[in-house]
Amino acid sequence: MALIPPPGAPIRRSPRTDDAIDWDLRDPEALEASRGILTTTVEKAIAWAQTSAIWPATFGLACCSIEMMHTLSPRLDMGRFGAEYFRGTPRQADLMIVAGRLTQKMAPVVRHIYDQMLEPKWVISMGACASTGGVFNNYAVLQGCDKVIPVDVYVPGCPPRPESLMEGIDILRKKIGANGQVPSSELIAARRAERAEWDAQHASDALKGGPAN
Amino acid sequence: MGRLDALKGFGVTFRTLLTKPVTIGYPEHKTPVYPRFRGRHRLWLHDDGLEKCVGCSLCAAACPADCIRVVAEENTPEHRVSAGERYARIYEINMARCIFCGYCEIACPFDAITLEHSYELSEYTREALIYTKDVLLEPAPKQPPLHSNVPGGPIPPGEA
Repeated sequence: MALIPPPGAPIRRSPRTDDAIDWDLRDPEALEASRGILTTTVEKAIAWAQTSAIWPATFGLACCSIEMMHTLSPRLDMGRFGAEYFRGTPRQADLMIVAGRLTQKMAPVVRHIYDQMLEPKWVISMGACASTGGVFNNYAVLQGCDKVIPVDVYVPGCPPRPESLMEGIDILRKKIGANGQVPSSELIAARRAERAEWDAQHASDALKGGPAN
Repeated sequence: MGRLDALKGFGVTFRTLLTKPVTIGYPEHKTPVYPRFRGRHRLWLHDDGLEKCVGCSLCAAACPADCIRVVAEENTPEHRVSAGERYARIYEINMARCIFCGYCEIACPFDAITLEHSYELSEYTREALIYTKDVLLEPAPKQPPLHSNVPGGPIPPGEA
């Protein structure tokens, strides 16, 4: 079988249409409204269980994955949060950590892996390249993996320190713990308020000079 | 393979059993950083409250990731923001695109921008990662301690 189709041959496209991608990338508020909000003890217990056992997919695209491996090492030990079990198949994974620049060529593959993961599933976009393309603002690199898969948490850095990724997993656990019962806008507002509170406490520090000219 | 080799091997195992674990209890204990570690940015003010940034856009020109946006405007006697002729009306850094190389810090002729040690910057949305001037003028939150083997640096509590 020829790898390169002859000229004029019909181009075979993925059966997945743009509509399916749009459905995944739909407004989270609308998604939550369509689901309806049910606060039951069972759901809370399920959310608690899910926060305590996030199994990521074994999946690295570039240098960020080296830092992702470091997060598993004894020094930081992601296993303390139940996330140490990197699964070899996406069918057993809950979390996809997009670690590295996502090229145009790799994008369908990532989308395919994401489709193979079972619900509920979450995505962390790790590093500048996965989040926005980073320095690679060119024809080959997708400017942000959220163009093909829905992203829950963005971790900036180039690459992020392992601690940064752990913080990303930490805020993801907050999101999973809320389990759709707290709208994501409230989570974002809570994060903003946390930062504002810190700023208010240290507002006077802003006037303290800095490095000498 | 001598008979004692197995014992020698187990000796390593049992010796390691007695050592302390190397794990850092991360969310409670921050990993210490070195003084030149580059994390979140910060814009600085002069002692009299004027901004050090004069809106020259040299940082934006030096940025390899094109993540800085500066829109400058003239200072007027009624509305004086910076010490120079102009000031940055808009100063935005897209932290999701920033690669923390520190070139902006090197390019800045007034030391108006520096990179702090804060590395906990995760967000739920991309919009939240675009830091505007009022965010950048505030001190970086959650600064980790300095590494203990820095000469003259503080020794973080609970760190070897």
